[in-house]
Amino acid sequence: MSSMIEIYRASAQRKQRGLLAYIALIAVLVYVAATTTFDGYVTNILMQAVTYAVAVMGLTVVLGLCGQINLAQAAFFGLGAYAVGLGTVDYGLSYWICMGLGLIVVFAFGAFLGTSTIRLGGHYLAMVTISFQQILTLVMINWIPVTHGPDGVSRILKPNLFNTPQSYLAFCVVVLAVVGYLVWQLPSTKLGRAMRAVRDNELAAGVTGIDIQRTKVTAFAICALLGGLGGGLFAGGFSYVSPDQFSFAESIVFLTMVLLGGVASPIGAVIGTGLLILIPEWLRFLKSIPGLYLAIYGLAVILIVLFMPDGIWGFVVQQFKKLRGSLRLSAELPELTLVQTQAHADDVLVVNNLAKHFGGLKAVDDISFVVKRGSVHALIGPNGSGKTTTLNVLSGLYTPTAGAVQLDGQDITHFAPHERTASGLGRTFQNIRLFRSMTALENVIIGVERPGNPVDHAPIALEGRARSALNFVGLGDRADELVTSFSYGHQRLIEIARAVAGNPTLLLLDEPAAGLNSTEKMELRDLLKRIAAKGLTILIIDHDMTLVSEVAEHITVLNFGRRIADGDAVSVLNHPDVVTAYLGSDANAAH
Amino acid sequence: MDMVFQLLFQGIGIGSVYALVALGFVLIFRATNVVNFAQGEFSMVAAFLMVIFSVDLEWPYWISFLLSLGGMAIYGALFNLGVYFPLRHRTYLPVIISTIGASILVSNSTLALYGPQPQVLQPLLDFPGFNIGTVYLDAQYLLIIGLTVVLVAFQYWFFEHTLLGKKLQATSQDKEMASLLGIPVATMIMLTFVYSAMIGGLAGILVAPILFVSIHMGGTIALKAFAATIIGGFGDVAGAIIGGLALGVIETFGAAYVSVPYKDGFAFLVLVAFLVFRPQGIFGERVAEKA
Repeated sequence: MSSMIEIYRASAQRKQRGLLAYIALIAVLVYVAATTTFDGYVTNILMQAVTYAVAVMGLTVVLGLCGQINLAQAAFFGLGAYAVGLGTVDYGLSYWICMGLGLIVVFAFGAFLGTSTIRLGGHYLAMVTISFQQILTLVMINWIPVTHGPDGVSRILKPNLFNTPQSYLAFCVVVLAVVGYLVWQLPSTKLGRAMRAVRDNELAAGVTGIDIQRTKVTAFAICALLGGLGGGLFAGGFSYVSPDQFSFAESIVFLTMVLLGGVASPIGAVIGTGLLILIPEWLRFLKSIPGLYLAIYGLAVILIVLFMPDGIWGFVVQQFKKLRGSLRLSAELPELTLVQTQAHADDVLVVNNLAKHFGGLKAVDDISFVVKRGSVHALIGPNGSGKTTTLNVLSGLYTPTAGAVQLDGQDITHFAPHERTASGLGRTFQNIRLFRSMTALENVIIGVERPGNPVDHAPIALEGRARSALNFVGLGDRADELVTSFSYGHQRLIEIARAVAGNPTLLLLDEPAAGLNSTEKMELRDLLKRIAAKGLTILIIDHDMTLVSEVAEHITVLNFGRRIADGDAVSVLNHPDVVTAYLGSDANAAH
Repeated sequence: MDMVFQLLFQGIGIGSVYALVALGFVLIFRATNVVNFAQGEFSMVAAFLMVIFSVDLEWPYWISFLLSLGGMAIYGALFNLGVYFPLRHRTYLPVIISTIGASILVSNSTLALYGPQPQVLQPLLDFPGFNIGTVYLDAQYLLIIGLTVVLVAFQYWFFEHTLLGKKLQATSQDKEMASLLGIPVATMIMLTFVYSAMIGGLAGILVAPILFVSIHMGGTIALKAFAATIIGGFGDVAGAIIGGLALGVIETFGAAYVSVPYKDGFAFLVLVAFLVFRPQGIFGERVAEKA
């Protein structure tokens, strides 16, 4: 056993060595590119591959990390290219200024398209990006006074600093290397984790405090930005741009590249781009028949999606993982501490006359109750009594028809899910919602990263706290395994660890005992008691009367959307209306 | 004023085509929860089948017409088997990508076989049209509008008043429950693709004499049909029809009064306007994932 800090230091050293090796490799490539005089044909192919790869890495971010589609990458590529082309040729601006302006324009377009469509889901985004692509092509061809129309822009200048094809190619390789490094690092940053969380499970991402909309728009804008950057480099490299280079067909080419190589990693982007630029050069004869070539691309897209969903690099990584097995770290970890923010009042949650109607159905009708600080409060009721609806209103998935909800003195009635989380609400789901492509540790780190969590947000502290939280639920030694390899009961524990690690003011548990066997239920009961002993306020919703009566001090009972009883556990469970609601009207059978 | 009526007539005519393709979109979306990005190619393939049968082989028009629709039925079935069915248990993203791949494959295979030259297809009817006042009613447009009305009426009857229609509806609402009730869900989805390919194909054959038969007609029509479904409210049958007609009219007026080269851009502008200001469309309701 070693301390957390040592493990962290060891992994940081390993990362540093990796980075040094990467820099060395890039230095060699740059040296080769800058000193070797290739013939023009080879230089062109290399230039195309390098600039395309930058744009394809944009798709790695948006499609691979965030799970959103962009079918207009060629349009963003074209915008960047035209910015450099028109700026240097028609307006005599410096290459760098044009590049900067181009990136601003591209980013603005990306952010606009993203904000207007992303909240509506993938289909819309796909169609809108196709439309945008078509419009941009129309504008490039028809707005002749500005764009030069179908003739395109020729004699585009390279920057003075890199005036020869060799030096410019070397410059592009450096840009690609930097972009590749950033994209490689992105998944393990807060933003990258948020993107993966959104891709894996949007609902859970929202209630762990991630702003879904902003995360998606950011991913989309980054993708557009990289498209524009690649395009700007492309224009400088080829000195000539025309509308047909940035058509919808090219967007499909970009998409095929990222799919073929593998969407999950920038290495996949480089492999896919390289192959799809080289293979067509070997198969030039196909170009003699118009259409044949793209038809093969279309077929390739279908075949890849059907038979190789993770792409070439994904396939390689899978084989590698099988050989290596999983890595286990064990460390002495500090006991999980729960920090409570400054207490405002004794009432943590105040629900006032809450109602939620679906058309004529009053799922929740005029419910009021108060959850006291440090208590375990249970909300129970038979099927259809409005428990889950209440919970969904509390966590912001439904807007209430009437009434108000206060958390720690703050009115959160109209907050979005992630804003409630930021104000101190944590929750678990009846049907477990973990981020399925991530390890247990990464899932819990997202919990620690809850906005407003009053702990140290430095990477080592985040990881330490997440490991402590997993230790607390008894899964510390399996922290680095994928969540999908855990049993159902253990997944539930990870979900609880994720919520608890964020130091919520109030923990909402939606039927935590559902689907657990009797041993797991006892473990859960003990865990809840340990959480309560740390002073965390819990609101639990469950059917399991044994569990509820053992952990809850205070119980609110709902039936047909109305509150029928409220009080301390013993008196409520003996309340005649409650007995009737659960066991039917023959009260004699109750005991 | 006559100009306005003339444009209105043409707009409704071309809008009917969008409405038919949008209808096919919506049916597949409701059955599979997936947007078929190769929907426009249904129209293109049908128009090329017409060219093969009636122009190249010089077979009688009506036989060619029936053969083309039959061909579309087969095409719809193959499309389902090759592009959707193997991916039915995956998320929507792979399916979208696969239909995009299919769209590229089909349109470019056609290009490889037929070359870039647009083909000309004769109108279905011999007589050209007639005047009411100074408004000229072109026979092909009248035919399109008439057939659309008939088809919409047929579809309403079919889905509301036949057992097969009810089974299809059940499939689109809850596949698991439908299969538990003994409805062969895979067959129902197959039938949906077949039917959708046939009405998309019919739209293609009807519009071909107006637009020329080219490999680009699929993409253009699909984009507009999609815009139509958003205008009407995504997944809503009546919305698709109203949206299609509205888009046809807007576009015709836009081309006449604003700009011809950007004619195809109006669909996009209307689309974005709706997405920003009324994303649920005219008839749709907001949808949200349940906890």
